[in-house]
Amino acid sequence: MGQTAVVERPAPRGSSKARRRRVVGLGTLLALLVIATVLSLAVGARALSPTEVWHGLFAAPESDQRLTEIRLIVRTVRVPRTVLGIVAGIALGVGGALIQGYTRNPIADTGLLGVNSGASFAVVVAISVFGFGNPFQYVWFAFLGAGIAGVVVFGLASIGRGAGNPLTLALAGQGVTVFLAAMTTAVALSDQQALNALRFWNSGSLNGVGFDVIWPVSAFIAAGLVLALTTLPSLNLLNLGDDVARGLGVNIALSRTVGIASITLLAGAATAACGPIAFLGLMVAHVARYLTGPDYRWLVPYAGLLGAVVLLVCDIVGRLVVRPGELDAGVLVALLGAPFFAVLVWRGKFRKA
Amino acid sequence: MNVTDVKPSVLPGVRLGRMSFFWRPWVLCVTLLLAVATFLVFCLSIGVGDFPISLSRVIATILGRGEQVDQFVIMDLRMPRALAGLVVGIALGVSGALTQSIARNPLASPDVLGITSGASAVAVFLVTVSGGTAAAIVDSVGLSAAALAGGLGTGLLVYFLAWRRGIDGFRLILIGISVSAVMQAITTWLLVTADIRDVAKAQAWLVGSLEDRAWSEVWIALWCSLALLVVVSFVAFQFKPMHFGDEVAAGLGVRYAAVRAVLLLCAVLLAGVAVSAAGPVPFVALVAPQVAMRLARCPTPPLVASGLAGALLLIGSDLLARTALPVSLPVGVVTAAIGGPFLVYLLVRANLR
Repeated sequence: MGQTAVVERPAPRGSSKARRRRVVGLGTLLALLVIATVLSLAVGARALSPTEVWHGLFAAPESDQRLTEIRLIVRTVRVPRTVLGIVAGIALGVGGALIQGYTRNPIADTGLLGVNSGASFAVVVAISVFGFGNPFQYVWFAFLGAGIAGVVVFGLASIGRGAGNPLTLALAGQGVTVFLAAMTTAVALSDQQALNALRFWNSGSLNGVGFDVIWPVSAFIAAGLVLALTTLPSLNLLNLGDDVARGLGVNIALSRTVGIASITLLAGAATAACGPIAFLGLMVAHVARYLTGPDYRWLVPYAGLLGAVVLLVCDIVGRLVVRPGELDAGVLVALLGAPFFAVLVWRGKFRKA
Repeated sequence: MNVTDVKPSVLPGVRLGRMSFFWRPWVLCVTLLLAVATFLVFCLSIGVGDFPISLSRVIATILGRGEQVDQFVIMDLRMPRALAGLVVGIALGVSGALTQSIARNPLASPDVLGITSGASAVAVFLVTVSGGTAAAIVDSVGLSAAALAGGLGTGLLVYFLAWRRGIDGFRLILIGISVSAVMQAITTWLLVTADIRDVAKAQAWLVGSLEDRAWSEVWIALWCSLALLVVVSFVAFQFKPMHFGDEVAAGLGVRYAAVRAVLLLCAVLLAGVAVSAAGPVPFVALVAPQVAMRLARCPTPPLVASGLAGALLLIGSDLLARTALPVSLPVGVVTAAIGGPFLVYLLVRANLR
């Protein structure tokens, strides 16, 4: 974040030891994700055993009353929220790692591009102006709002000289976010119905979204992930500084455009489906950097998997702590994640982006 | 600071006793212009209302030569609100400039240090959880005092959590973000579970407002911030070399740990004073230093100009909120609606040049 980005040398390519360690880490994260997935299917207002989950997932319809009920719970409640948790967690984790890389700012967050505030504003408008009351209707507004805000921020940051300058991007994002948040508040304060919907939307939840929403959202996230993968090598070079990167043959403008488009797709789609989940992307990006070092080809997959694991675990805990009610995942990400993160920070585990 | 649009140049120095500073005519001009503009808007804001008073009569009254009617309307009715705006604006602007300088990050603001989120969490707790009966006991003065205590407590918590053989800007900001995230999660959760009427009340507090200030509150804020500003102005001279990094500053004979600790404490307390006087008015602390820095073409946020920019933004927004808008909105909405786009405008203009 100073004038010179802190650059660390990625472990040499030939270093098989470092490589093995990273592969093992990736495997561990995958295993954790599988465990979290199983738990997410089994745990809830009604706890299910693994065999029951299995039946619920794969058994053909039967006359047995109890099994039919289990089938219903698993297929219509548990599976959608688990899938959404994985997809949104990956999206926010990858988005968080990318935005910190592209802005070279360790406190950058996926909300920085204006996607959260754009989505919130669109939701409020959908309720207040168009009178939509159903989350299924305003998911699309949220997505549209997130997308437009992302495009506007990037557009503003790429006008003229210094196009795509990381500092300009971060501040333009902040300016647009500030403006949209004010508009959102203005509408919400004058319309109680919108205020009511907004407070639930703001808490960030995996609950109550069906596959009719999850599939399209996943498609956008998949597109974002593909774009992200293509930019990883040039992102590594960009972090050596613009001049060095240019000298090494990176098309800086193209790389930044693709990267920002990817972040907008990832964060926008995830926010549209679950509401704004703050802090997750920022946190897992730092933890991933600590685990892998600064090589974005490793850092980004780690951040994605970590994001999915953390979001699923928080969602599961949220179902357990205030039974029979629920704590929203977005709230728990901060309540559980932040103290853990703060301890790591205090112990000096993190380096600057 | 990570600023690319400022050209380094050799500047003549000025020495006054033990203090020395650069002779920058442009910075002085901008600061003076901001001061004049702030004073004019301040007087204009006092003159506008159901009983309009012309600018010359306002100035005459402030200088103690006004008619008796003007004297009454201005000193008893309108001055507290305008003065509160002035004090809060300056406090937030200076606090933001200090935070951004210490963290060497343009996205940092006292909001990041937990003061506003802590104050908000306490206030929302008092409004929502204690409900109808206790709400009567917690009158408006009690609420802001409790919120102030919550804000300062959170700020100190952040500071102590970040302390590890000294304060490091990077660690401080990350810890601050973590603690703020927890406080915001608590606020969100309180809002989700609360009765919708309480939510509207809490939301109105969360935006920040200058309405119905009494002289007693204004005096406290005024004297506290004056005392803090005196401390800042003495210590800030030691602070300049710190932008070159800790090692250089130490080499130049600056006790950077002590200087930074004092300035940080001042930033926290100034933000606390602002919260106690106007609620958590958002974004002024973030936007004002960045705007002042760009207007004055400085490499780091200039303290005096930042404070004036904050005051101008706050008083001007309050004036607009009272006169131009069809519905009455809290000042916080207007500061964000003006400050955000203005920051973006400055960025785009700098890039087009």
